Amino acid sequence: MKIKSLKLFPVLALLLAAQTLSAALKTGDTFPDLSGFKLEGKLPAELKGKIVIVDFWASWCGPCKESFPAMNELQKKYADKGVVIIGVNEDEEVSDMKDFLKDNPASFTIVRDAGQKLVAVAGIATMPGSFMLDADGKVKYAHTGFHGAETSKQYEQEIESLLKK
Amino acid sequence: MNPKILRLTSLALLGGAVFALAGCETVKPWQRKTLADYTMRGDRDPIGEGIVEHVFFSREMASGGKGVGGGGCGCN
Repeated sequence: MKIKSLKLFPVLALLLAAQTLSAALKTGDTFPDLSGFKLEGKLPAELKGKIVIVDFWASWCGPCKESFPAMNELQKKYADKGVVIIGVNEDEEVSDMKDFLKDNPASFTIVRDAGQKLVAVAGIATMPGSFMLDADGKVKYAHTGFHGAETSKQYEQEIESLLKK
Repeated sequence: MNPKILRLTSLALLGGAVFALAGCETVKPWQRKTLADYTMRGDRDPIGEGIVEHVFFSREMASGGKGVGGGGCGCN
């Protein structure tokens, strides 16, 4: 019994720790390397030194649909200032994503997280959820949901503040 | 460590692990495709909702039911 308990102790402690410490990115964290997640679609060649917005979305999510025109607008406005928007699709069926994009064309980069691995690491609280990364790839701002003009304004203010640095 | 304490701690941890790993899983925000569907909405069918409401306020027996005069008999 004594030896069994001793062996059980670290295993259980680890199990409990794993359960409670669910990974969610916070501001200040380094965003994981996107190339390590087998994302479908083409990522921009160089992200270093750029302000990157990683936006998680799905075709079934209403606010995501609402956010697309705003994201297109942001991309247009800040593309030449080194801002890159990456929309990460979380649909289980690729056809859902394609149908959505037909109705809601995106002028920014779209990739698909087919295994939903990246989103699990990012641990977003709502859909859409996004992270704004600074030139060093660190999370500077995190967004939950999309609330129309209010969120668009926030994005702009945050981009401006990062551009000043 | 005192073996008795160790055993007790292990037991407490085992209890905790059973509780934590018992299969209660929250649906992650990115897994809500089915839940986000229109058919999952409570207010998707106005007629059906009206019928359910009628039965509800009739059964509840309260005068006025759900803001409508009468109640109890379900005849209003």
